[in-house]
This record gives sequence, C-alpha cells and structure tokens, in this order.
Amino acid sequence: MSLALDLALCALILGAALATVAGGAVFRAVIFFITYGLFLAIGWARLGAFDVALAEAAIGAGLTGVLLLAAHGRLRRMQAGDAPPPAGLNLPAALAGAGMALALGWAWFALPVPATPDIAQALPRSGVGNPVTAVLLNFRAWDTLLESIVLLAALLGVWMLARNDDWNAPLGPRYHALSGGVLVNFGRFLPPIGLCFGVYLVWAGADYIGGAFQGGTVLAAVGLVALMANVVRPPRVSYALLRVAVVVGPAVFLLAGLLAAGFGGAFLTLPPALAKPVILVIEAALTISIAVTLALLVIGPPDDAGRSS
Amino acid sequence: MMADVATYVLTALGLVFFVAGTVGLLRFPDTFSRLHALTKADNLGLGFIALGVAFQADTWAQLAMLALIWALALLAAGTVAQLVARAALAQVQEGE
Repeated sequence: MSLALDLALCALILGAALATVAGGAVFRAVIFFITYGLFLAIGWARLGAFDVALAEAAIGAGLTGVLLLAAHGRLRRMQAGDAPPPAGLNLPAALAGAGMALALGWAWFALPVPATPDIAQALPRSGVGNPVTAVLLNFRAWDTLLESIVLLAALLGVWMLARNDDWNAPLGPRYHALSGGVLVNFGRFLPPIGLCFGVYLVWAGADYIGGAFQGGTVLAAVGLVALMANVVRPPRVSYALLRVAVVVGPAVFLLAGLLAAGFGGAFLTLPPALAKPVILVIEAALTISIAVTLALLVIGPPDDAGRSS
Repeated sequence: MMADVATYVLTALGLVFFVAGTVGLLRFPDTFSRLHALTKADNLGLGFIALGVAFQADTWAQLAMLALIWALALLAAGTVAQLVARAALAQVQEGE
C-alpha cells in the first residue's frame, strides 16, 4: 500500500518536473514549478526529513514560486513575456542537465559511503535537541552564516536595479486593493495567525521541527500578504530600522563567532554551557533578517514608474 | 473498529467531492463556473477528509489542528476565488 503511494509520488514528482521544463509558456512553467515543489515536500516528509520538507514547501515552492510569479508579472508589464519561447529542444541546457544527472548518479554509486559522525553522541554538547538545528547553528555554522550573507547580497543586487530617481521611493510596485474588500480583510485576518505560527516554528526549531529559515519564510509571507492588501505601507530604502533588520542576523552571527574565538575557542565554536542561549539569540536575529530580506526580495527595488502607471 | 469504518467512509466521500470538483474544473465553459466547481467541491471534500482523519486523532490538540487547517483552507480558497473572479470580470469587461 505504501509502496503504491511512494511510486505514485515519484511519478508525480517526475511528471511535474518534466512539465516545468518541457516547453510551453512561462506562466505554465512557473505553476508546474510550484506544484513540483509541493510534491517534493511530500516526498521529503515521506522520507522522515520533516525539516527539509518544511523548508522545501515554504522556500522552494512558496517563496520561490511567488518570486517567479512576480518576475512573470513584471515581464508582462514590460510586454516582454509575450514572445513565444524558442521552438524545439534547448540542446545545451538539456545536455548540461543530463550530464549533471549522470554525474550525480555516478557519484551515488561509485563513491564510498562517508563515515558520518554520530550526531546523537554529540547532540548534548550542541545546546539544542533538534539534530538539524544543531548541525545548522553549531556544528556547521559556517554554512548558515554564509547563507545569511548570500541573502543580503542578493537583496543588494535587487536594489541596484533601481533607477537613481526612484531611490527614495517606497519599495516595490503599487499593489491594488479595494478598501473594505476581500483582500483587505484577508490581509487583516491572516497576519496575526501567521505571526504566531512563524514565531512558533522558530522557537520549536531548537528541540523539534522548525527553524529560522522555515519560520522566517512564514513571517515573510505574512508581511507580503499585509503589503499586497495595502494594510501596511511599503518601506523606503532609507528607513533606518529596515536597514538594521536586514543586517542584524549576519551581524549577530558574526559577533557570536568572533566572541567565541576571543574567549579562547575557535571562530564559531560555541562553548557547550552557553550554546543554548547563544543559539536562540542567533536564531532570533537570523529570523528577523531572513523574514525581512525574503519579503523585500519579492516586492523588488523601489519603482516609482511602476507605481504611477 | 467503528472509528476506522468512519474514516474510510468519510475520506472516500471527500475524494468523491474532489473528483467532482476536478471534473468541473476541466469541463465547465468559463472561469466563473470553473471557480464555482473548484472552491465549493474542494472545500467540502477537504472537510470530509479532515472529518475522516479526525476519527484517528488521539488528542484534542490534533482535532483542533485539523479544524484549524480546514478553516484556514476555507478562508484562503474563498478569498482567492473572489480575487480570481474579480480579475476575470475585469478582463471580460475590458474585452467588450
């Protein structure tokens, strides 16, 4: 019975992936990409990797999907999305994709299984009960620190696309919402629930399933709903609190790493006695930065021309 | 035992509504009737599935979560249906 379910799931994942890349219009590809992400999340959940499943559903399908939809909307406003995609197979891309799949398949079978360190043994020293959080924020903190900096760099890249005259305009395009309409009511009703859920995900991440990235994405979605329903106003780049929110995560992370080095350890090695509070502080700061940065990535650079049109 | 039977019957009923909604989505002629098929049938279907799964719940907290999931899905589906319908209406009026 569960074999049938797994086989059906595999077929759905492959089918959605194929429908995403196999020609057709941009909009169709985006919709299938989101569907693919959701199937993939169910797949991760079936494998018992609930942290990855949450991340895939929230970031892979949800946020990336919204990002792609926003890009598609922008292309359409510029009348650039109307051009039909080139007919036939994109041979270089197909070759590159197939080559990558073959290389990964070869690596899977040919490379020896690495001797994984026993996380369960080291877990008590990490300060948290969730092994995924222990790896992300303690044992392999480097990766997470660099990821948070990559997000910041991506946002700066998006902001660089702003025209000089628009720099002090509110961020993003103007969203339309009928005052007193359905969207506005939705934008007032949903954020409190989403806020609770997002904060819970971060808090639970220390010992159960969840974490800064999953919770941050939920909070970013809350902000986006409120923005798109015109319940809150889009901020400006010059808004000081906004700048603080964007850098506080990487900054606190770096500071904690440097302090650890200063107190006799090495960079980013947390002393076991202090690990739990330090991780919670880092996660809280990271969540703020992740939530704000992700939401700002979706609404895009300040765009005064897009607002007045 | 009785709980299992209830789960089977209710989730099967939910699936019937999902199938009906999907058939309506594929067969109905315009956006508005397709939305009608999609939201009405799917919301009922999800309700029956949630109700069916509720018979397997061990704690009240799980029941509350199932109810919350259904309520949020209802809210989102209703809102999105309104927005899509409004966008489609604007498009129809533009075409005239």
